[in-house]
Amino acid sequence: MLTFTLRRLLISIPTLLFISLVIFLLVDLAPGSPLSEIPLTVPPDVRQKMMEALGADQPVFVRYVLWLRQFFIVEPLYMLDGWFGTNMAGDQQRILSWQSRVPVFTIIGQRIPQTLTVIGTAYLVGVLIALPIGIYSAYRQYSLFDQFGTLFAMIGFSVPTFFSGTLFIIIFAVWLGWFPTKYNTQLQVVDWDTFLLQLRQMALPVMTLGLANAAAISRYMRSSMLDNMTQDYVRTARAKGMTEQTVVLKHVLRNSMIPVVTVIALGIPSIFGGAIITENLFGVNGIGAALIGAINASDLPMVQTLAFIFAALIVLFNLIADVLYGLLDPRIRYD
Amino acid sequence: MKLKTALLGAAAAFALAPAAYAERGADGEVKLTFPQAVSIMNPYLSSGTKDVNGSAFVLEPMAGFDAEGNLIPKLAVEIPTLDNGGVAEDLTSITWKLKPGLLWSDGSPVTAEDAVFTAAYCMDPAGGCAQASKFDGVASVEAVDATTVKVTFSGPKPNPYTAFVGSLSPVIQKAQFTPCLGAAAPTCTDANSMPIGTGPFTVTSFTVNDTVTFAANASYRDPAKPAFATAVIKGGGDAESSARAVMETGEFDYAWNTQIPPDSQNAMAAAGKGQFVVAFGTLVERIEMNMTDPSPDLPDGERATAKHPHPVLSDIRVRTALSKAIDRQILVEVGYGAGGSPTCNIVPAPAAWASDNTGCIAQDMPGAMALLDEAGWMAGADGIREKDGKKLSILYQTTVNPVRQDFQALIKDWWTELGVEVELKAIDPSVFFGGDAGSPDTFQKFYADVEMYANNSDGTDPETYLSQYQCKNAPSPDNQWQGENMNRYCDPAYDAMVVEFSQTRDIAERQTIAKKLNDMVTKDSMTVIPLVHRGTLSAHSNALGGVQINAWDVEMWNIADWFRVK
Repeated sequence: MLTFTLRRLLISIPTLLFISLVIFLLVDLAPGSPLSEIPLTVPPDVRQKMMEALGADQPVFVRYVLWLRQFFIVEPLYMLDGWFGTNMAGDQQRILSWQSRVPVFTIIGQRIPQTLTVIGTAYLVGVLIALPIGIYSAYRQYSLFDQFGTLFAMIGFSVPTFFSGTLFIIIFAVWLGWFPTKYNTQLQVVDWDTFLLQLRQMALPVMTLGLANAAAISRYMRSSMLDNMTQDYVRTARAKGMTEQTVVLKHVLRNSMIPVVTVIALGIPSIFGGAIITENLFGVNGIGAALIGAINASDLPMVQTLAFIFAALIVLFNLIADVLYGLLDPRIRYD
Repeated sequence: MKLKTALLGAAAAFALAPAAYAERGADGEVKLTFPQAVSIMNPYLSSGTKDVNGSAFVLEPMAGFDAEGNLIPKLAVEIPTLDNGGVAEDLTSITWKLKPGLLWSDGSPVTAEDAVFTAAYCMDPAGGCAQASKFDGVASVEAVDATTVKVTFSGPKPNPYTAFVGSLSPVIQKAQFTPCLGAAAPTCTDANSMPIGTGPFTVTSFTVNDTVTFAANASYRDPAKPAFATAVIKGGGDAESSARAVMETGEFDYAWNTQIPPDSQNAMAAAGKGQFVVAFGTLVERIEMNMTDPSPDLPDGERATAKHPHPVLSDIRVRTALSKAIDRQILVEVGYGAGGSPTCNIVPAPAAWASDNTGCIAQDMPGAMALLDEAGWMAGADGIREKDGKKLSILYQTTVNPVRQDFQALIKDWWTELGVEVELKAIDPSVFFGGDAGSPDTFQKFYADVEMYANNSDGTDPETYLSQYQCKNAPSPDNQWQGENMNRYCDPAYDAMVVEFSQTRDIAERQTIAKKLNDMVTKDSMTVIPLVHRGTLSAHSNALGGVQINAWDVEMWNIADWFRVK
């Protein structure tokens, strides 16, 4: 197992380098200019000077190598400096966003907390709702509960979040006035009152995303349970006189969880990636909103860095899912 | 315009009442939401309106514009003029005098050196200053004494109110920005995010493209202002959700730039929590005619250049017919509601500068048809007009934007009725406005017959704006497709008048020339066909007083005077 993990880690290095080059070229070749948001009243020669000041007029490979250096050498040094109070990075140039002139990692640092809280909670809520629905739907296949579960999953799958989110805003914020529609990223949870405020402002985005997440996972859970319910070992367990509870929750569930855990693990990078539409709709302003904002402004360093981090996370969680699979199912060995 | 006046009146009435017993910080927090979040607080590195609206809380210029477009002193004691001797007789210099006792928010005194430094900061060629044009023609900026700044121009400058005037050109603190000169400008993250200023507020926290929080500036020159102790600008989302947060849920006091469809405007206003306010500046949605041939059959380097006049649109009768077929009133009703009005001018405001040309407002389909008949374009078998075996076909491009696509569809209908075949094209705005010389889809290259977008003149004096239509400003391969004369319009008489404009000092004469220039490119030559005079639509809660929406400066120009209606 250890050799397998190491081998996979080593293979991922050239993979990631290749991904970074492809992303860089894609973003660079995509049409658009970082100055397209500047009003037309700014004359062309001033625009030219602004491009030069950004370094955007350099050849693409010069910028790529510079970015690699900044990403793999300068930024880690800055991080170490931050932890240990050293000054190894000196005044080397960090990766700066073209739009705001702020280091990209500072922006990511500002945005990770709300993305993890809101999107992470929505994922967790989604999983917690999905598992019981999936298990019971499979156990009582074609029952009324199963039909409702199927309907719920179909709605969650097919209704896009920009629609369900707006619907929730109109019902819960405009008509009922229970929850705010704009997320306050500056809110510090220090006591019971601020904790309640935090819960209230998380309610709408978590509801919107939780519905979508739960729909997908509940279907995986249900079908995986159904696969196992008809297996011989289940009949054996029942024949041994075990209670239904033991049969379903111990024998069947454990075996059914193997593919579901993989699916859940593979979905985790999407938490870090944020949810572009939901974040925008509720003003959560996490990583997803940062990415779409940067794409709209053709902020190449920001898009490149974020896209690369997502790529790295996806590679990492694929590996974790594979390792987990081996741990959960003793029959699978990679050596 | 009537609506605006009425709203201004209402706002002014509110403003007068509590001013007498106001006290700094007595009104708690004011919450603003912007659909586009603030990215940077230094207007010299970004001229995005969202950013300048944020920095106006903190940074102030010598003088700004009020809601009517009049100059008002901010840091300066008074507006320098020829009469008070502040502007030299030969128009080659202007002398600003700072108010006595001004302090930065860190408690240090504001001196003439700060203004001198500001000029050096923006005029440094390596700094990429977005406001460099404000310092065009400035030969030197010097401190005469601790509170007097003299700006000397390289030649006579009829409009000397550019540098240090308006929120785009504020005075920044020398002590804070000294390490940020030239190439270091973009790397000064702290200074660019949290500048020290003289304005009513100071920045307390800044998260990029998300939230800016402010606290009242303890050193602000008026001890009774601002009425709010803290302020917050929350960015993100879209115009619809921002408007809703003010007009329907009441979570915010002010939403900037809430350009939403007219039916949504009405529905939200009915909730009774707030009101929409609109400021009409100089922004005009227009169709520009290509005077050169954009045909792809022409060799690269000659396509869409002055070498090949446009085969169809060179005929003024065709251009006029296209304009006559449009019903501008319907365009306003469909696209902008209260936020727009029909116009025939590219300089629609201020009133003293705008031509009285209204000839295009009424749709005249029969007149348009007659013109095309006269020009020799006769209806062909399929209803499309033809001349010498060539079909009257037009490629009409604009950016991806719901209102613009509605306009395209409506105008296509009218033109089709006229017997013109219309092909529509919508381009991503970041490409269209991106100015990338390698892309075929920029508005400068104009590889289409007509294109639609909005443009405006900066400030009240349209000299720079009107001079864009000179022959030499036509984008072409020789200048890497840079230039603002998209039409490749070229009239020596126009160029001569632009030169005359730049040498004329008398305001009344300048206004006459501006109107003539406006008429030359619009009704006389139909090179540009203006459609809609667009305002900026914002929303504020009924509990917020003192708002005077302003098209000539940023909307937050008088943030110090805002207060809570109790």
